[in-house]
Amino acid sequence: MASIVDIKRRKASIESTGQITKAMKLVSTVKLQRARVRAEESRTYFNKMYRTVSSILAQSDNIDHPYLKSNGSEKKAVIAVSSNRGLAGGYNNNIVKMIRDSGLNREDVMIYGVGHKAMDSLANRGYHIVSDDSEMIDEPEYEDAVDLGNRVLKAFKDGEIGEIYLAYTNFKNTVVHEPTMIKLLPVEIDPKEKEGEDSKTLMNYEPEPEEALSMLIPKYVCSLIFGALVTSVASENGARMQAMDSATTNAEELIDNLSLAYNRARQGAITQELTEIISGAEALE
Amino acid sequence: MAENLMKLEVTTPDRSFYAGVVRMAEFTTTEGDVGIYPKHIPMTMIIAPGILTITEADGTKKQAALMKGFVEITKEAVNILAEVAEWPGEIDLERVERAKRRAQERLKHKSDTDLTRAEMSLRRALVREELSKRM
Repeated sequence: MASIVDIKRRKASIESTGQITKAMKLVSTVKLQRARVRAEESRTYFNKMYRTVSSILAQSDNIDHPYLKSNGSEKKAVIAVSSNRGLAGGYNNNIVKMIRDSGLNREDVMIYGVGHKAMDSLANRGYHIVSDDSEMIDEPEYEDAVDLGNRVLKAFKDGEIGEIYLAYTNFKNTVVHEPTMIKLLPVEIDPKEKEGEDSKTLMNYEPEPEEALSMLIPKYVCSLIFGALVTSVASENGARMQAMDSATTNAEELIDNLSLAYNRARQGAITQELTEIISGAEALE
Repeated sequence: MAENLMKLEVTTPDRSFYAGVVRMAEFTTTEGDVGIYPKHIPMTMIIAPGILTITEADGTKKQAALMKGFVEITKEAVNILAEVAEWPGEIDLERVERAKRRAQERLKHKSDTDLTRAEMSLRRALVREELSKRM
């Protein structure tokens, strides 16, 4: 059995770790609340954006537009959204795992990283990193998303990449965060959407559909990127809150066990001392 | 809903800018200035920098700066998806002045590649200035 001093030292160290995890939990709870409000406020915009673009595409089956078909390049861009800091449970790792298991050929993937964590471990696994926009995840602004969006769109137009994917963590609620990967370009619309009511009303365009699409699709891509950033920030803080909560619980459990061991050891020492005194006294008689 | 009213929603990436029942909405598109009354045919239009004027159900007018985005008019409602929308009170005139001067400077020197960008930013500055003056 470990000595009393050892147990005491260990207990003190776990206590201070517990304090840190507890503080981190509180901080991420506050951050989560803010991030969540932002994610919810922006959600209406993306849902509408998605609906509009789907309904345009649903009604214009025969539009021949560069954004709607592959340009023949084998390269695939993946925008990987993760965080700059760890200690968030499986949050960052899930993104890496998802990209690895996505079935995309590693040689063909070009990573546009947002967030150090997933980007670094993808780099270690031999993925090609094109750009690093990690600072934008700290405080995502729409302009940042537009900037990144324009870069990937340019690469797509120049034929450097043939497909654009977006890997992020969708924030469903405080405890459920789903790693999600969607294809941004060429735009693919869920066949179910096509049968929606919207497609029955005939839509007019000003300017012509082709021209309207050239303007709408970049907006669509940028807004999806922004949505991914905002929802990922909420997920990150949610994941960290959960991770820190269970770390705090574990620390408390360890402290309980150690307290028990400490008390036993102390009692053992007292008993032993008593026995020694008594037997010493008896020996004198 | 009364005969001469329609639903209008203006949404930006970070908030729901305006939602209400209105008589008319006027704004600028890439094809020119338009005014939308209820029962307009379904249409999608691209927004150019300009001033959005909303005539509410009781006749009061509200104005805002509308920069980029698009409008979707359906049978039920008018949806404006704007990247940037601002009420007059939210406009920082000093910043506008700076942006205006910077853009004019660039246009003078014709640093070729940025010409369209400078032009766009000048247009935005002018819209903001115009709106602030009207108030």
